[in-house]
Amino acid sequence: MSLLEVSGLSVRFGQTEAVSDVSFSLQRGERFGIIGESGSGKTLTALAVTGLLPEGAQMSGAIRLDERPQPRLEHEMARLRGKRIGMVFQEPMTALNPLMRVKDQIAESIRINLSEAHVPQLLREVGLEPEHGERYPHQLSGGQRQRVIIAMAMASEPDILIADEPTSALDLITQRKVLDLIASICDRRHMTLLFISHDLKAVGALCSRVAVMHRGRLVETGKAASVFAAPRQAYTQKLVAASRFDIRPLSRPPIGTTLLEVDRITRDYRQGGMGPWARKPLRAVDGVSFSINAAECLALVGPSGCGKTTLARIVVGLDRATAGEVRLEGQRHHGSDLPKALRRDMSLVFQDPFGSFNPRMTIGNSIAEPLRLEPELDARAQRARLEEAVEAVGLTVPMLERYPHEFSGGQRQRLAIARALVTRPKLVVLDEPVSALDVSVRGEVLALLARLQADFGLTYLIISHDLDMIRAMADRVLVMEAGRIVEEGRPGEIFVHPQHRLTRELVAARLPEIG
Amino acid sequence: MILFALRRLFGFAVTLLVAAIVIFWLLDLLPGDPAQFMLGINATPEAVARLRGQMGLDAPAHERFIGWILGMLQGDFGTSYTQRAPVAELIGGRLGVTLPLAVFAMVISMAVGLPLGILAARRRGKALDTIIMVTAQTGVAIPNFWFGMLLTLLFAVTLRWLPPGGFTPWNEDSGAALRGLVLPSLALALPQASILARVMRTALVDVTGQDYIRTARAKGLTMGEAVWRHGVRNALLPVLTILGLQFAYLVAGTIIVENVFYLPGLGRLIFTAISERDLILVRGATIILVVTVTATMLLTDIAYALVDPRLRERSTM
Amino acid sequence: MRRLLSHPSLVIGLVATVIFLVIGLLSLVWTPYPIEQIDIGRRYLGPSAAHWLGTDNLGRDLASLLMSGTWTSFLVAAVAVAIGVGLGVPLGLAAVAWGGAVEWLVLRLTDFVFAFPAVIVAILITALIGPGAINAIVAIGIFNIPVFARVARGGALSIATLDFVAAGRLAGLGRAMIAWRHLLPNIMSLIIVQGTIQTSLGILAEAGLSYIGLGTQPPATSLGLMLRDAQGVFLIHPWLTLVPGLAIVLIVIALNIAGDGLRDAIDPRLRQGNPNVLA
Repeated sequence: MSLLEVSGLSVRFGQTEAVSDVSFSLQRGERFGIIGESGSGKTLTALAVTGLLPEGAQMSGAIRLDERPQPRLEHEMARLRGKRIGMVFQEPMTALNPLMRVKDQIAESIRINLSEAHVPQLLREVGLEPEHGERYPHQLSGGQRQRVIIAMAMASEPDILIADEPTSALDLITQRKVLDLIASICDRRHMTLLFISHDLKAVGALCSRVAVMHRGRLVETGKAASVFAAPRQAYTQKLVAASRFDIRPLSRPPIGTTLLEVDRITRDYRQGGMGPWARKPLRAVDGVSFSINAAECLALVGPSGCGKTTLARIVVGLDRATAGEVRLEGQRHHGSDLPKALRRDMSLVFQDPFGSFNPRMTIGNSIAEPLRLEPELDARAQRARLEEAVEAVGLTVPMLERYPHEFSGGQRQRLAIARALVTRPKLVVLDEPVSALDVSVRGEVLALLARLQADFGLTYLIISHDLDMIRAMADRVLVMEAGRIVEEGRPGEIFVHPQHRLTRELVAARLPEIG
Repeated sequence: MILFALRRLFGFAVTLLVAAIVIFWLLDLLPGDPAQFMLGINATPEAVARLRGQMGLDAPAHERFIGWILGMLQGDFGTSYTQRAPVAELIGGRLGVTLPLAVFAMVISMAVGLPLGILAARRRGKALDTIIMVTAQTGVAIPNFWFGMLLTLLFAVTLRWLPPGGFTPWNEDSGAALRGLVLPSLALALPQASILARVMRTALVDVTGQDYIRTARAKGLTMGEAVWRHGVRNALLPVLTILGLQFAYLVAGTIIVENVFYLPGLGRLIFTAISERDLILVRGATIILVVTVTATMLLTDIAYALVDPRLRERSTM
Repeated sequence: MRRLLSHPSLVIGLVATVIFLVIGLLSLVWTPYPIEQIDIGRRYLGPSAAHWLGTDNLGRDLASLLMSGTWTSFLVAAVAVAIGVGLGVPLGLAAVAWGGAVEWLVLRLTDFVFAFPAVIVAILITALIGPGAINAIVAIGIFNIPVFARVARGGALSIATLDFVAAGRLAGLGRAMIAWRHLLPNIMSLIIVQGTIQTSLGILAEAGLSYIGLGTQPPATSLGLMLRDAQGVFLIHPWLTLVPGLAIVLIVIALNIAGDGLRDAIDPRLRQGNPNVLA
């Protein structure tokens, strides 16, 4: 007898069908994963199971819990999901009521579901102290909030836990801890898990059976091990390949002499307040020194908030160092005082392809913007540069006349790379270049970056928290924590024999390879 | 929290000081000789000199300004030369009409607007929502003084339930005084209630889409329960901001509505003062209005911080 | 454009607004009777073929007054909005582009101006230079400045964190250029919507100011001034109050509907559906 049975589920909004004919069943105590990229309909499937579909969604098909159909009355459905199903959502930052202490929010769940649980016990079960219950959500970190939400889901002692991308908003180490917490709670309580994620490794680590969802349909279902080892559908094969970051080694120009030196850079942020109320400044970057050689690919890794992005912004001239200096081929600057003549030699590729183009400007105008740094070029030469850059990233010249919203995320990231190349820079800083992209296009973008480096002899500084990506791309790795560089080495050595505590934690937090 | 309140209080004091400087500068320094201006071009030089002395115009501007501020702190707003009475006394008498009027209007608009807004949000897209929103759309568009005229026609002239205008002082017959304020407060309250209903509805609809409402529903609450327990308090935050602004503008609005009902409020005092060029009186009355508006906004800010724990700790702003 | 026209409320609101605007504009070249023409013998006439809406207490043609008054109301409100946009938007953009002390100053300035409702400003100006339509424009315009400054700042703040602004800085653009090229085009829609709302508020405020005698003065007329003229006799001749009052209500409703429709039409959240749900 299956605990949950979904058969022929479809969800449509007006004319568009977001979920089509999805069927699966969950046995008691089983851990089932649904894998899908954004827009695949995986979240809507979870919402349909819990009766939380948004207004305007029409559902057909049957969902049975313990062989019983969903109650029709809203009140009964609400109490049923409260009692039987626990839910954990993607965004811990907004999922809690900001005006209520978290212990009261957990207590509410206990009260509604007439459960025997106690708030301090629940908090301890998810690895928090009872004092954390006294706080408001904004006083907790993302990982702590996600723990509170798990505690809240456990308050009714449910049979099923539905976790929808529970860790994708968290940093690597926290992500692993929360996944381990979910696994241990499921074990201890013999709870059934429905885990939804775009991350094959996370699903592989938690689930015994998986389904792959693509454009509203389940394309492949089966045992996790067999699906990952021998995917049958083309889409699944693409996903599995993309999660392995297999980048073909290319013949690259040899690594040259020093291009950029960062010399004891420190960055303090004022914390507000004036005169006697002034608070101690926050030190984001604390005396960091390193150098990059021409044609090298250097990676900077560290947890969120470690100062790596601030450092990158100082290097390219968006932020100003409080102390220390940067030397590009011997010419000194301190960040935002970077002389215009030097700006063309460096560029930055941003993390989020959706925010990196002005929606009111054509792509051509956006990409041509950095050419202002080369006033000696005439209109013809500028045009030639534009076309060269767009073709280098594998796109076509007519696309220059279009607007950003006409492109997919992967295409935009290619265009962002084109903009970074248009001034023929020596150093390109890549700030999490693929983490905002769907898994299936990450591989393509990384392969493009590798090819461009080989073709043009570019120097890369990659900022990331993704060890697998760095392992595939980087020649040398710097590990950063709390504004300082704590370890340096080749990726092969550093990830096999990590020395510093943080590096060990990062390596331990890596999820096992799938298949 | 205390630090937050102190910082706000400091901002309040600075705003008032700057406002006082602007008003003083406009009314006392700009138009040449204020005494001459007040008495008109036909005044005898002796009369002008006498007024100059009375106004202390012989002293330098900064001394007069400091004198004015210190006087006000002790409750002395100067003496009106047209009415031959202390300005503080004149204004105080009129505030007995203006303030109750603004408070009544505020209470009415909240009692009507907020529930209607909540109702419309809960019945979003249904007939009741449409009816409430169309009514509110119309209510926002009706000038309060014109609505006052319509109310007078209906309740005072046709039905004869209430007096058409005028005011009986509180100490003579408080019942009659109250009756005299019913129509004016209704007239003032209508557009405000409409605005409140719209803001409340929008805020609640916004809140309904928030993740924490979904979390609350996942706990086992129905949509209605989740919105009631978690949504309304969050939705009140934007409403609170509007409430503060509204009271401020209600106080200003009384000046206009007084005219319809022949009420002896602050507005009438100011108009008489303007037509008689009594700048001391105008100055005193405007600063009182500005103090009321600013104090309301201060109270709103503090109320906001009491509701929202995030604001209590933020150091900046 | 076709997308905009698919919103019925926007179309209705815009059409109604344009009709009133055309009536007002027409008064500049033609009215049935000159509005200054006083004829005590023909006062308090009801609507007829000669006087479509009747005549007022001085025998003036009500339809002509209404046309002219509508124009005054639009003009005052529009110029006041222009003042608000012209000063407020640059202030709001500067606050975001420069930040720090500039932002602090702009915020304090807007706080400060909020402490002066339009009525108080009008009182101060009238005490100085006497009443007139200019008073109303200045008083309402001053009130509009912080409104637009806040809207521009709020909109620009969320734009300024986007990466294309940083990309512009990397390309060597100065702060003013960033504001002009990247911030302003992306907050235009917000400003247009707010402009519609402030125009309708301006028409209401002009009516109030003229009604208490601080705004438009005879022989010119405005809808508020017509109500002031009717005040003394409104218990006996309510028609004189109803006509201009209803005109105000209809114009303001038209503008508000257009503004609401405009917001629905250009609000990206409503346009694209809720992305979180489809993830």
